[in-house]
Amino acid sequence: MVDVTGYRREKPGNHPPNDYPGYSSTAKRAPKRLPIRLEHTLTETTGPTFAGGWEGPNQADLTRAGRGEPIGERIIVAGRVLDEDGRPVPGTLVELWQANAAGRYLHDGDQHDAPLDPNFPGKGHVVTDAEGGYRFLTIKAGAYPWRNSYNAWRPQHLHFSVFGPAFATRLVTQMYFPGDPLLPLDPIFNSTADTEARRRLISTYDPELSQAEYALGYRFDIVLRGRGATPMET
Amino acid sequence: MLIPTASQTVGPFFAVGLTRPELADLTHAGKAKGEAIVIEGQVRDGEGAPVPDAMLEIWQANAAGKYAHPEDRQEKPADANFVGFGRVFTDRQGRYRFVTIRPGAVPGCGNALQAPHIAMTVFARGLLKHLVTRIYFADLAAANEADPVLSAIDDPAARQTLLAKPVNSTPSAYRFDVVLQGEGETAFFDV
Repeated sequence: MVDVTGYRREKPGNHPPNDYPGYSSTAKRAPKRLPIRLEHTLTETTGPTFAGGWEGPNQADLTRAGRGEPIGERIIVAGRVLDEDGRPVPGTLVELWQANAAGRYLHDGDQHDAPLDPNFPGKGHVVTDAEGGYRFLTIKAGAYPWRNSYNAWRPQHLHFSVFGPAFATRLVTQMYFPGDPLLPLDPIFNSTADTEARRRLISTYDPELSQAEYALGYRFDIVLRGRGATPMET
Repeated sequence: MLIPTASQTVGPFFAVGLTRPELADLTHAGKAKGEAIVIEGQVRDGEGAPVPDAMLEIWQANAAGKYAHPEDRQEKPADANFVGFGRVFTDRQGRYRFVTIRPGAVPGCGNALQAPHIAMTVFARGLLKHLVTRIYFADLAAANEADPVLSAIDDPAARQTLLAKPVNSTPSAYRFDVVLQGEGETAFFDV
Protein backbone atom coordinates (compact mmCIF):
# COMPACT_ATOMS: atom_id res chain seq x y z
CA MET A 1 0.00 0.00 0.00
CA VAL A 2 1.32 3.41 -0.96
CA ASP A 3 0.27 6.75 0.47
CA VAL A 4 0.17 9.43 -2.16
CA THR A 5 -0.39 13.12 -1.46
CA GLY A 6 -1.57 14.74 -4.65
CA TYR A 7 -0.87 18.27 -5.82
CA ARG A 8 -3.41 21.08 -5.68
CA ARG A 9 -5.65 21.64 -8.65
CA GLU A 10 -5.08 24.81 -10.61
CA LYS A 11 -7.43 27.74 -10.19
CA PRO A 12 -9.33 29.12 -13.17
CA GLY A 13 -7.48 31.95 -14.91
CA ASN A 14 -4.10 31.06 -13.44
CA HIS A 15 -2.86 29.17 -16.46
CA PRO A 16 -3.78 30.08 -20.03
CA PRO A 17 -6.32 27.99 -21.91
CA ASN A 18 -4.89 26.19 -24.92
CA ASP A 19 -7.74 27.36 -27.10
CA TYR A 20 -6.89 31.07 -27.30
CA PRO A 21 -7.77 32.73 -30.64
CA GLY A 22 -5.51 35.74 -30.01
CA TYR A 23 -2.54 33.43 -30.49
CA SER A 24 -3.07 32.13 -34.02
CA SER A 25 -0.88 29.02 -33.69
CA THR A 26 -3.39 27.58 -31.22
CA ALA A 27 -6.02 27.20 -33.98
CA LYS A 28 -4.87 23.83 -35.31
CA ARG A 29 -3.06 22.62 -32.22
CA ALA A 30 -5.30 23.15 -29.22
CA PRO A 31 -7.28 20.01 -28.35
CA LYS A 32 -11.06 20.34 -28.83
CA ARG A 33 -12.02 17.89 -26.11
CA LEU A 34 -11.82 18.66 -22.44
CA PRO A 35 -8.94 16.94 -20.67
CA ILE A 36 -9.87 13.97 -18.49
CA ARG A 37 -9.34 14.63 -14.82
CA LEU A 38 -6.70 12.30 -13.42
CA GLU A 39 -6.38 11.66 -9.71
CA HIS A 40 -2.72 11.76 -8.84
CA THR A 41 -0.93 8.46 -8.45
CA LEU A 42 2.74 7.70 -7.93
CA THR A 43 3.20 8.44 -11.63
CA GLU A 44 2.22 12.08 -11.10
CA THR A 45 3.72 12.65 -7.63
CA THR A 46 7.17 11.46 -8.68
CA GLY A 47 9.36 12.95 -11.38
CA PRO A 48 12.95 13.21 -12.50
CA THR A 49 15.49 14.09 -9.83
CA PHE A 50 18.88 15.64 -10.36
CA ALA A 51 20.89 14.20 -7.52
CA GLY A 52 22.67 11.85 -9.93
CA GLY A 53 23.97 14.74 -12.00
CA TRP A 54 22.73 13.57 -15.41
CA GLU A 55 21.94 17.14 -16.34
CA GLY A 56 25.64 18.09 -16.23
CA PRO A 57 27.43 20.92 -14.43
CA ASN A 58 25.62 24.23 -14.00
CA GLN A 59 25.88 26.73 -16.84
CA ALA A 60 24.83 29.87 -15.04
CA ASP A 61 26.91 32.38 -17.01
CA LEU A 62 25.52 32.84 -20.51
CA THR A 63 28.02 35.60 -21.25
CA ARG A 64 31.04 33.27 -21.27
CA ALA A 65 29.94 30.81 -23.92
CA GLY A 66 31.92 32.36 -26.79
CA ARG A 67 35.41 33.63 -27.36
CA GLY A 68 34.49 37.17 -26.50
CA GLU A 69 31.83 39.16 -24.73
CA PRO A 70 28.34 39.14 -26.22
CA ILE A 71 26.80 42.44 -27.29
CA GLY A 72 24.00 43.78 -25.10
CA GLU A 73 22.94 44.88 -21.69
CA ARG A 74 24.35 42.51 -19.04
CA ILE A 75 21.73 41.34 -16.56
CA ILE A 76 21.66 39.14 -13.50
CA VAL A 77 18.46 37.13 -13.26
CA ALA A 78 17.96 35.46 -9.91
CA GLY A 79 15.18 34.23 -7.73
CA ARG A 80 13.80 31.26 -5.93
CA VAL A 81 11.72 28.32 -6.99
CA LEU A 82 8.94 28.01 -4.40
CA ASP A 83 5.68 26.17 -4.00
CA GLU A 84 2.31 27.84 -3.36
CA ASP A 85 2.94 27.70 0.38
CA GLY A 86 6.21 29.56 -0.03
CA ARG A 87 8.34 26.50 0.64
CA PRO A 88 11.60 26.38 -1.33
CA VAL A 89 12.03 23.77 -4.04
CA PRO A 90 15.69 22.73 -3.77
CA GLY A 91 17.62 20.54 -6.19
CA THR A 92 15.45 21.09 -9.22
CA LEU A 93 16.58 21.82 -12.77
CA VAL A 94 15.98 25.29 -14.21
CA GLU A 95 16.73 25.65 -17.93
CA LEU A 96 16.91 29.03 -19.67
CA TRP A 97 16.96 29.97 -23.36
CA GLN A 98 16.53 33.28 -25.12
CA ALA A 99 17.14 35.56 -28.09
CA ASN A 100 20.25 37.71 -28.22
CA ALA A 101 20.27 41.48 -27.65
CA ALA A 102 19.14 42.07 -31.23
CA GLY A 103 16.11 39.81 -30.84
CA ARG A 104 17.49 36.83 -32.76
CA TYR A 105 17.68 33.19 -31.67
CA LEU A 106 20.50 30.88 -32.65
CA HIS A 107 18.03 28.64 -34.48
CA ASP A 108 17.57 27.77 -38.17
CA GLY A 109 13.90 28.58 -37.97
CA ASP A 110 14.50 32.17 -36.84
CA GLN A 111 14.50 34.27 -40.01
CA HIS A 112 14.29 37.66 -38.31
CA ASP A 113 16.55 40.12 -40.12
CA ALA A 114 18.69 40.90 -37.09
CA PRO A 115 22.30 39.92 -36.46
CA LEU A 116 23.39 36.73 -34.76
CA ASP A 117 25.98 37.16 -32.04
CA PRO A 118 28.78 34.58 -32.30
CA ASN A 119 29.41 35.07 -28.60
CA PHE A 120 25.88 34.36 -27.47
CA PRO A 121 24.30 30.92 -27.94
CA GLY A 122 21.58 31.94 -25.47
CA LYS A 123 21.23 28.92 -23.21
CA GLY A 124 21.99 27.93 -19.64
CA HIS A 125 20.83 25.70 -16.83
CA VAL A 126 21.27 25.43 -13.07
CA VAL A 127 20.02 23.21 -10.27
CA THR A 128 18.42 25.18 -7.44
CA ASP A 129 20.29 25.38 -4.14
CA ALA A 130 19.02 24.36 -0.70
CA GLU A 131 16.85 27.50 -0.50
CA GLY A 132 15.41 26.95 -3.96
CA GLY A 133 17.64 29.74 -5.29
CA TYR A 134 19.01 30.12 -8.79
CA ARG A 135 21.06 32.83 -10.50
CA PHE A 136 22.01 33.48 -14.11
CA LEU A 137 24.26 36.10 -15.67
CA THR A 138 23.07 36.87 -19.18
CA ILE A 139 22.17 39.56 -21.72
CA LYS A 140 18.81 41.30 -21.96
CA ALA A 141 17.00 39.62 -24.85
CA GLY A 142 15.76 41.95 -27.59
CA ALA A 143 12.16 42.24 -28.74
CA TYR A 144 11.44 40.61 -32.09
CA PRO A 145 8.67 40.54 -34.69
CA TRP A 146 6.46 37.50 -35.22
CA ARG A 147 3.74 36.70 -37.70
CA ASN A 148 0.85 36.28 -35.31
CA SER A 149 -0.73 39.44 -36.76
CA TYR A 150 0.45 42.43 -38.79
CA ASN A 151 3.38 44.24 -37.15
CA ALA A 152 3.25 42.09 -34.02
CA TRP A 153 6.27 42.12 -31.72
CA ARG A 154 7.07 39.86 -28.80
CA PRO A 155 8.01 41.72 -25.63
CA GLN A 156 11.52 41.13 -24.36
CA HIS A 157 11.50 37.79 -22.58
CA LEU A 158 13.50 34.83 -21.34
CA HIS A 159 12.20 31.25 -21.61
CA PHE A 160 12.29 29.10 -18.47
CA SER A 161 11.82 25.36 -18.04
CA VAL A 162 11.40 24.08 -14.48
CA PHE A 163 10.72 20.58 -13.19
CA GLY A 164 9.89 20.81 -9.50
CA PRO A 165 9.54 17.73 -7.33
CA ALA A 166 7.06 15.79 -9.47
CA PHE A 167 5.73 15.08 -12.94
CA ALA A 168 2.71 17.15 -11.87
CA THR A 169 4.80 20.26 -11.18
CA ARG A 170 6.42 20.53 -14.63
CA LEU A 171 6.36 24.10 -15.89
CA VAL A 172 7.55 25.94 -18.99
CA THR A 173 7.08 29.69 -18.84
CA GLN A 174 8.46 33.03 -19.93
CA MET A 175 9.88 35.88 -17.87
CA TYR A 176 9.17 39.46 -18.90
CA PHE A 177 10.67 42.82 -17.93
CA PRO A 178 8.94 45.60 -16.00
CA GLY A 179 7.60 48.53 -17.99
CA ASP A 180 7.76 46.84 -21.39
CA PRO A 181 5.30 48.73 -23.66
CA LEU A 182 4.70 45.56 -25.68
CA LEU A 183 3.20 43.64 -22.75
CA PRO A 184 -0.37 44.98 -23.06
CA LEU A 185 -0.31 44.02 -26.76
CA ASP A 186 1.11 40.52 -26.42
CA PRO A 187 -1.40 37.67 -26.72
CA ILE A 188 0.90 35.10 -25.15
CA PHE A 189 1.39 37.20 -22.01
CA ASN A 190 -2.31 38.13 -21.94
CA SER A 191 -3.52 34.55 -22.42
CA THR A 192 -3.40 34.30 -18.64
CA ALA A 193 -6.70 35.80 -17.51
CA ASP A 194 -5.80 36.55 -13.91
CA THR A 195 -4.12 39.94 -13.38
CA GLU A 196 -2.06 38.77 -10.42
CA ALA A 197 -0.93 35.69 -12.31
CA ARG A 198 0.20 37.90 -15.21
CA ARG A 199 2.07 40.13 -12.78
CA ARG A 200 4.00 37.11 -11.55
CA LEU A 201 5.42 36.65 -15.06
CA ILE A 202 7.08 40.07 -14.90
CA SER A 203 10.44 40.24 -13.16
CA THR A 204 11.18 43.12 -10.82
CA TYR A 205 14.19 45.38 -11.01
CA ASP A 206 16.23 44.79 -7.86
CA PRO A 207 18.98 47.31 -7.11
CA GLU A 208 20.32 44.97 -4.43
CA LEU A 209 20.87 42.34 -7.08
CA SER A 210 22.54 44.70 -9.54
CA GLN A 211 26.30 44.60 -9.58
CA ALA A 212 27.92 48.04 -9.59
CA GLU A 213 29.63 49.00 -12.84
CA TYR A 214 28.69 45.62 -14.31
CA ALA A 215 25.14 44.29 -14.58
CA LEU A 216 21.51 45.13 -13.79
CA GLY A 217 19.63 42.79 -11.48
CA TYR A 218 16.15 41.38 -12.11
CA ARG A 219 14.40 39.17 -9.60
CA PHE A 220 12.09 36.43 -10.81
CA ASP A 221 10.60 33.95 -8.36
CA ILE A 222 8.97 30.89 -9.88
CA VAL A 223 6.03 29.42 -7.96
CA LEU A 224 5.05 25.81 -8.60
CA ARG A 225 1.81 24.21 -7.48
CA GLY A 226 1.67 23.11 -3.86
CA ARG A 227 0.82 19.89 -2.14
CA GLY A 228 -2.77 18.96 -1.34
CA ALA A 229 -3.64 18.70 2.35
CA THR A 230 -4.85 15.15 2.66
CA PRO A 231 -2.86 12.09 1.70
CA MET A 232 -4.83 9.73 -0.47
CA GLU A 233 -4.37 6.08 0.23
CA THR A 234 -3.59 4.26 -2.98
CA MET B 1 -0.76 31.35 -0.49
CA LEU B 2 1.29 32.38 -3.50
CA ILE B 3 -0.16 32.40 -6.99
CA PRO B 4 1.55 29.79 -9.14
CA THR B 5 3.60 30.98 -12.09
CA ALA B 6 1.52 30.64 -15.24
CA SER B 7 2.53 28.40 -18.10
CA GLN B 8 3.63 30.07 -21.33
CA THR B 9 4.24 28.38 -24.65
CA VAL B 10 7.60 26.73 -25.26
CA GLY B 11 7.56 28.57 -28.61
CA PRO B 12 9.31 27.52 -31.82
CA PHE B 13 12.93 27.93 -30.67
CA PHE B 14 13.18 25.66 -27.62
CA ALA B 15 15.97 23.65 -29.23
CA VAL B 16 18.26 26.57 -28.35
CA GLY B 17 18.15 25.63 -24.69
CA LEU B 18 16.51 22.24 -24.28
CA THR B 19 18.51 20.04 -26.67
CA ARG B 20 19.74 16.93 -24.87
CA PRO B 21 20.15 14.14 -27.40
CA GLU B 22 21.18 11.64 -24.72
CA LEU B 23 17.64 11.79 -23.31
CA ALA B 24 16.26 9.87 -26.32
CA ASP B 25 17.78 6.69 -24.84
CA LEU B 26 16.57 5.98 -21.32
CA THR B 27 18.43 2.67 -21.10
CA HIS B 28 21.73 4.39 -20.27
CA ALA B 29 23.34 2.75 -23.32
CA GLY B 30 21.79 -0.61 -22.54
CA LYS B 31 22.89 -0.76 -18.90
CA ALA B 32 19.41 -0.42 -17.41
CA LYS B 33 17.74 -3.62 -16.25
CA GLY B 34 14.78 -4.98 -18.17
CA GLU B 35 13.56 -5.40 -21.71
CA ALA B 36 14.59 -2.62 -24.07
CA ILE B 37 11.71 -1.28 -26.14
CA VAL B 38 11.23 1.47 -28.68
CA ILE B 39 8.38 3.96 -28.51
CA GLU B 40 7.94 5.81 -31.78
CA GLY B 41 5.27 7.73 -33.59
CA GLN B 42 4.18 10.96 -35.14
CA VAL B 43 2.63 14.14 -33.78
CA ARG B 44 -0.12 15.62 -35.96
CA ASP B 45 -2.28 18.74 -35.80
CA GLY B 46 -6.00 19.29 -36.37
CA GLU B 47 -5.57 19.06 -40.15
CA GLY B 48 -3.60 15.84 -39.95
CA ALA B 49 -0.39 17.69 -40.77
CA PRO B 50 2.82 16.62 -39.04
CA VAL B 51 3.96 18.84 -36.17
CA PRO B 52 7.68 19.32 -36.80
CA ASP B 53 8.33 21.48 -33.75
CA ALA B 54 7.04 19.54 -30.76
CA MET B 55 8.98 18.46 -27.71
CA LEU B 56 7.93 15.25 -26.00
CA GLU B 57 8.98 14.22 -22.52
CA ILE B 58 8.30 10.88 -20.87
CA TRP B 59 8.43 9.70 -17.27
CA GLN B 60 8.17 6.10 -16.19
CA ALA B 61 8.95 3.44 -13.62
CA ASN B 62 11.81 0.99 -14.02
CA ALA B 63 11.40 -2.64 -15.05
CA ALA B 64 10.41 -3.58 -11.50
CA GLY B 65 7.70 -0.93 -11.33
CA LYS B 66 9.56 1.55 -9.13
CA TYR B 67 10.14 5.23 -9.81
CA ALA B 68 13.60 6.69 -9.27
CA HIS B 69 12.24 9.21 -6.80
CA PRO B 70 12.42 9.48 -2.99
CA GLU B 71 8.63 9.37 -2.62
CA ASP B 72 8.39 5.93 -4.19
CA ARG B 73 8.83 3.87 -1.03
CA GLN B 74 7.71 0.57 -2.51
CA GLU B 75 9.86 -2.38 -1.56
CA LYS B 76 11.01 -3.03 -5.09
CA PRO B 77 14.53 -2.93 -6.52
CA ALA B 78 15.86 0.45 -7.66
CA ASP B 79 18.04 0.60 -10.78
CA ALA B 80 20.98 3.00 -10.61
CA ASN B 81 21.16 2.98 -14.40
CA PHE B 82 17.59 4.09 -14.94
CA VAL B 83 16.44 7.66 -14.37
CA GLY B 84 13.14 7.12 -16.16
CA PHE B 85 13.04 10.51 -17.84
CA GLY B 86 13.28 11.10 -21.58
CA ARG B 87 13.02 14.05 -23.95
CA VAL B 88 12.96 14.20 -27.74
CA PHE B 89 11.97 16.68 -30.44
CA THR B 90 9.89 15.74 -33.47
CA ASP B 91 11.61 15.84 -36.86
CA ARG B 92 10.38 17.50 -40.07
CA GLN B 93 7.84 14.72 -40.55
CA GLY B 94 6.60 15.12 -37.00
CA ARG B 95 8.17 11.81 -36.00
CA TYR B 96 9.85 10.92 -32.74
CA ARG B 97 11.56 7.90 -31.19
CA PHE B 98 12.53 6.88 -27.67
CA VAL B 99 14.49 3.82 -26.62
CA THR B 100 13.54 2.76 -23.12
CA ILE B 101 12.76 -0.15 -20.82
CA ARG B 102 9.40 -1.83 -20.57
CA PRO B 103 8.02 -0.35 -17.33
CA GLY B 104 6.75 -2.53 -14.51
CA ALA B 105 3.31 -1.99 -13.01
CA VAL B 106 2.87 0.62 -10.26
CA PRO B 107 0.00 1.04 -7.81
CA GLY B 108 -2.75 3.56 -8.47
CA CYS B 109 -5.70 5.02 -6.60
CA GLY B 110 -7.72 2.76 -4.34
CA ASN B 111 -4.83 0.34 -4.01
CA ALA B 112 -5.49 -1.08 -7.49
CA LEU B 113 -2.51 -1.95 -9.61
CA GLN B 114 -2.21 0.23 -12.68
CA ALA B 115 -1.39 -1.30 -16.02
CA PRO B 116 2.20 -0.62 -17.12
CA HIS B 117 2.29 2.84 -18.63
CA ILE B 118 4.50 5.78 -19.49
CA ALA B 119 3.48 9.36 -18.75
CA MET B 120 4.00 11.76 -21.65
CA THR B 121 4.11 15.54 -21.85
CA VAL B 122 3.69 17.43 -25.13
CA PHE B 123 5.10 20.92 -25.64
CA ALA B 124 4.87 22.93 -28.87
CA ARG B 125 4.43 26.34 -30.39
CA GLY B 126 0.69 26.94 -30.25
CA LEU B 127 0.30 25.14 -26.92
CA LEU B 128 0.13 27.70 -24.14
CA LYS B 129 0.27 24.92 -21.57
CA HIS B 130 1.78 21.49 -22.08
CA LEU B 131 -0.50 18.54 -22.69
CA VAL B 132 -0.33 15.37 -20.62
CA THR B 133 -1.18 11.90 -21.84
CA ARG B 134 -0.28 8.30 -21.03
CA ILE B 135 1.13 5.52 -23.16
CA TYR B 136 -0.29 2.06 -22.43
CA PHE B 137 0.68 -1.12 -24.24
CA ALA B 138 -2.01 -2.54 -26.52
CA ASP B 139 -0.72 -6.10 -26.11
CA LEU B 140 -1.32 -6.05 -22.34
CA ALA B 141 -5.06 -6.39 -22.77
CA ALA B 142 -5.84 -7.97 -19.40
CA ALA B 143 -3.85 -5.39 -17.45
CA ASN B 144 -5.38 -2.56 -19.46
CA GLU B 145 -8.86 -3.94 -18.85
CA ALA B 146 -8.27 -3.74 -15.09
CA ASP B 147 -6.54 -0.35 -15.15
CA PRO B 148 -8.43 2.24 -13.09
CA VAL B 149 -7.50 5.19 -15.32
CA LEU B 150 -8.27 3.50 -18.63
CA SER B 151 -11.49 1.94 -17.45
CA ALA B 152 -12.75 5.31 -16.19
CA ILE B 153 -12.69 6.64 -19.75
CA ASP B 154 -16.19 6.13 -21.15
CA ASP B 155 -15.47 6.71 -24.82
CA PRO B 156 -13.82 3.59 -26.30
CA ALA B 157 -12.31 5.63 -29.14
CA ALA B 158 -10.62 7.97 -26.65
CA ARG B 159 -9.36 4.96 -24.69
CA GLN B 160 -7.96 3.50 -27.89
CA THR B 161 -5.78 6.59 -28.47
CA LEU B 162 -3.80 5.73 -25.33
CA LEU B 163 -2.75 2.29 -26.56
CA ALA B 164 0.67 1.99 -28.20
CA LYS B 165 0.47 -0.63 -30.93
CA PRO B 166 3.19 -3.30 -31.22
CA VAL B 167 5.31 -3.09 -34.36
CA ASN B 168 7.15 -6.18 -35.60
CA SER B 169 10.78 -5.44 -34.91
CA THR B 170 13.70 -6.14 -32.61
CA PRO B 171 13.88 -4.75 -30.00
CA SER B 172 10.13 -4.65 -29.46
CA ALA B 173 8.77 -1.41 -30.81
CA TYR B 174 5.47 0.31 -30.19
CA ARG B 175 3.81 2.97 -32.25
CA PHE B 176 2.14 5.81 -30.38
CA ASP B 177 0.89 8.75 -32.43
CA VAL B 178 -0.18 11.99 -30.79
CA VAL B 179 -3.08 13.80 -32.45
CA LEU B 180 -3.40 17.26 -30.95
CA GLN B 181 -6.84 18.05 -32.31
CA GLY B 182 -9.81 16.76 -34.26
CA GLU B 183 -10.41 13.28 -35.67
CA GLY B 184 -8.61 10.70 -33.56
CA GLU B 185 -7.65 13.35 -31.01
CA THR B 186 -5.47 11.84 -28.31
CA ALA B 187 -7.03 11.67 -24.88
CA PHE B 188 -5.26 14.24 -22.72
CA PHE B 189 -5.40 14.41 -18.95
CA ASP B 190 -5.99 17.21 -16.53
CA VAL B 191 -3.37 16.50 -13.90
